[in-house]
Amino acid sequence: MKKHIIGAAVALGTLISTVSMSFAEELLVPHLTYRVGPFAANGTMGANAITDYFTMLNERDGGIGGLKVNPEECETGYNAQKGVECYESYRGKNPLMHIPNSTGITLQLLQKAPEDEVPIFTMGYGLSAAAKGETFPWAFNYPASYWSQMTSILSYIDSETGLKGKKIAFLYLDGGYGREPLPLLDKLEPKMGFETVRIPVAFADSQNQGSQWLTIRKEKPDWVIMWGWGVMNITAVKEAAKTRFPLDRFIGNWWSGGHVDVEALGMKAKGYKASNFTPAGRDFPVVQDVIKHVVSKGLTKTEPDMPGKVLYNRSLFMAVVMAEAIIEAQKLTGKANVTGADVRKGFEMIKLDEARLKELGFEGFTPVIGSCADHEGQGSIFVQQWNGKDWEKITDFIPPMTDIVQPLLTEAADTYKSDKPGWKTQNCS
Amino acid sequence: MFYKETGQFKSRYKDELAAFPLFEDKIGIGILCVLTFLVIPMFGLPGLNYEFAMGAIMIPCMVFIIMTLGLNILLGFAGQISLGTGAFSGVGAYAFYKFITIFPDINIIIALVLSGLVSAVVGVIFGLPSLKIKGFYLIVATLAAQFFLTWAFIRVAWLYNYNASGAIEGPNKEMFGIIMIGPQSAGMTRYYFVLVTLIVLTWLASNVIRGRIGRSWMMIRDMDIAAELIGIRPLVAKLSAFAFSSFYIGIAGALMVFFWLGAAEAESFDINHSFLYLFMVIIGGLGSITGSYMGAIFVWVVPVLIKEIGKSVFGFDAFVMENFSTILLGAMIIIILILEPHGLARLWQITKQKLRLWPFPY
Repeated sequence: MKKHIIGAAVALGTLISTVSMSFAEELLVPHLTYRVGPFAANGTMGANAITDYFTMLNERDGGIGGLKVNPEECETGYNAQKGVECYESYRGKNPLMHIPNSTGITLQLLQKAPEDEVPIFTMGYGLSAAAKGETFPWAFNYPASYWSQMTSILSYIDSETGLKGKKIAFLYLDGGYGREPLPLLDKLEPKMGFETVRIPVAFADSQNQGSQWLTIRKEKPDWVIMWGWGVMNITAVKEAAKTRFPLDRFIGNWWSGGHVDVEALGMKAKGYKASNFTPAGRDFPVVQDVIKHVVSKGLTKTEPDMPGKVLYNRSLFMAVVMAEAIIEAQKLTGKANVTGADVRKGFEMIKLDEARLKELGFEGFTPVIGSCADHEGQGSIFVQQWNGKDWEKITDFIPPMTDIVQPLLTEAADTYKSDKPGWKTQNCS
Repeated sequence: MFYKETGQFKSRYKDELAAFPLFEDKIGIGILCVLTFLVIPMFGLPGLNYEFAMGAIMIPCMVFIIMTLGLNILLGFAGQISLGTGAFSGVGAYAFYKFITIFPDINIIIALVLSGLVSAVVGVIFGLPSLKIKGFYLIVATLAAQFFLTWAFIRVAWLYNYNASGAIEGPNKEMFGIIMIGPQSAGMTRYYFVLVTLIVLTWLASNVIRGRIGRSWMMIRDMDIAAELIGIRPLVAKLSAFAFSSFYIGIAGALMVFFWLGAAEAESFDINHSFLYLFMVIIGGLGSITGSYMGAIFVWVVPVLIKEIGKSVFGFDAFVMENFSTILLGAMIIIILILEPHGLARLWQITKQKLRLWPFPY
């Protein structure tokens, strides 16, 4: 039996190796997806958009710099262990970057990236402290960290009703992702004179938030800010409507403001707000290009109504930042076939300002301008509101409170590396 | 052909009681040792990338074998059902993390043994209900352990050093001048460390099971009242099984996080993992050490290989293969359990039996 197994393994192995030997010169951009599992509805949208954008580049422009892009997917089901398995499976294949698509997986990969010299790009999720390029040379979280986002939301509240003396309920998914803003709130509360009531929602209770909303009714907060994901969002909005909490005082973060979160509720969710950095809509030239070159040609699994939705457009934007980093890397090295280390430099040189965004067909998205020291771009966000049928942008860009966030990020980055002897940093001055 | 017992005469009791009494078994184990100690670390697995073979197949496999051994001691040998395996592995992992961060100079082996002991203590505490209740009711009690402990992993910030991310991360740490854990450690070092741990723990388990303690577990499993009547103390037997099992599971948990994943959140110790380990034990075969090996390898490697083959040979989409491997694994579990309820270990035993009579098996 033992010998049979070994024999079978050898046979399989030779099969695999003959296939993997034959890869042509291409740009391998793996991204981890979760088309199965509890968050599949959201994950499918994101996975499609990234693949679609690169397919579109291949179809329309013949790839990037003359080389076809291979946006290979690896399925994780949002599971951290599978994420590591996926990561390992790309070793030696010259992946240009890794897109973990989960904060849990990001935490595991953050430490491996400097050793393997492949940058990690987490747009709108991951570790806030990764914004500090000097401590985290290999991680990027453009266009803004969670902490930056929180301060933008607070400035929005300040501009609406004033912040001083107000009571804010913070409803969050009880996990690494949801707890991320808590240290920031600790610091801001005394400084800005507001009070928070923190209400965790365990993942298992996502669909059963009766007690949380009872607390909110009892506490009578002026605003509710939500850090939710998946089915927790829609449940919260439903509960808010049921308990007659004014929905225009209920504001979600950028992962709580997708179409999936409110569409089913329709008019019942009218008035609910969320922050965002990637406007919804199909009128953007890039979305039209994707529809024309990819969706209508049937080169994708994307349903015809997906392009233009919030999460789809966000992942499209994710893909454009990835592509831009590759372009910068190609410019820098002067060759088309770049490596992960080149793309890391490309990420630092990224300059997606308004003009460039317009050129690419992304006018109205948050500009992303990186540097060696700044890996988050300190991007601004806007607030959108659900009008019963669609998301509507209701504010201009709101910049983060840089003076408050940056020292905290530095502090967090220092804490991160403090118990990791031999952590690789870089000098940006 | 294989396994000719004829001619292998034992003249001493010691030889009869040896771990591998048959000459052929010794050769088989010898080949396996050469493979695992020399061939695999040198060349990896055929056709697979070296780091992938180490990081996604060999190391997790060995970690899960230790985990399965632990659960098998409790379930297969002592007959106490537990659904708290995931949480107990978490206790080991968090304890290891606390030990290496509180005492940065601590030796990794000592930290590992200590975290196993912490897990054993926790296991004993949650094993106390087993003295009063059995079967399904005990499942519920251990389920409580599972939920309570994962809750604690999220809620008690001290456990993860008030980290903003809520995760425990393995720092670079040396032993005898070689970086053993952390991102800078080489796959090969971690592989050897886990391999040696696995061998030591297997040796320990097989001897304990063959000895007085192991026999008392089996007596409790087979009929607890009869066992009590002939002088086995259920208190000692049951709690020692919980302690032993949790010790193994705790060590496996620490190895899982620090020698394989590199970092972990409470999610890595949830109820789904408890079920996964239970599958490994049941598929491998209850009450068998070889079965623990086979079950863990089967449940972990088959999906990984199916996915790799589907992707690179047939060019299927990743998520199709993910679903397919889940379906296939589920189907295989059902088929194996129908064809051979005693698991892969029993299949292996039958194969051996047939090979003894080869070429005329009946």
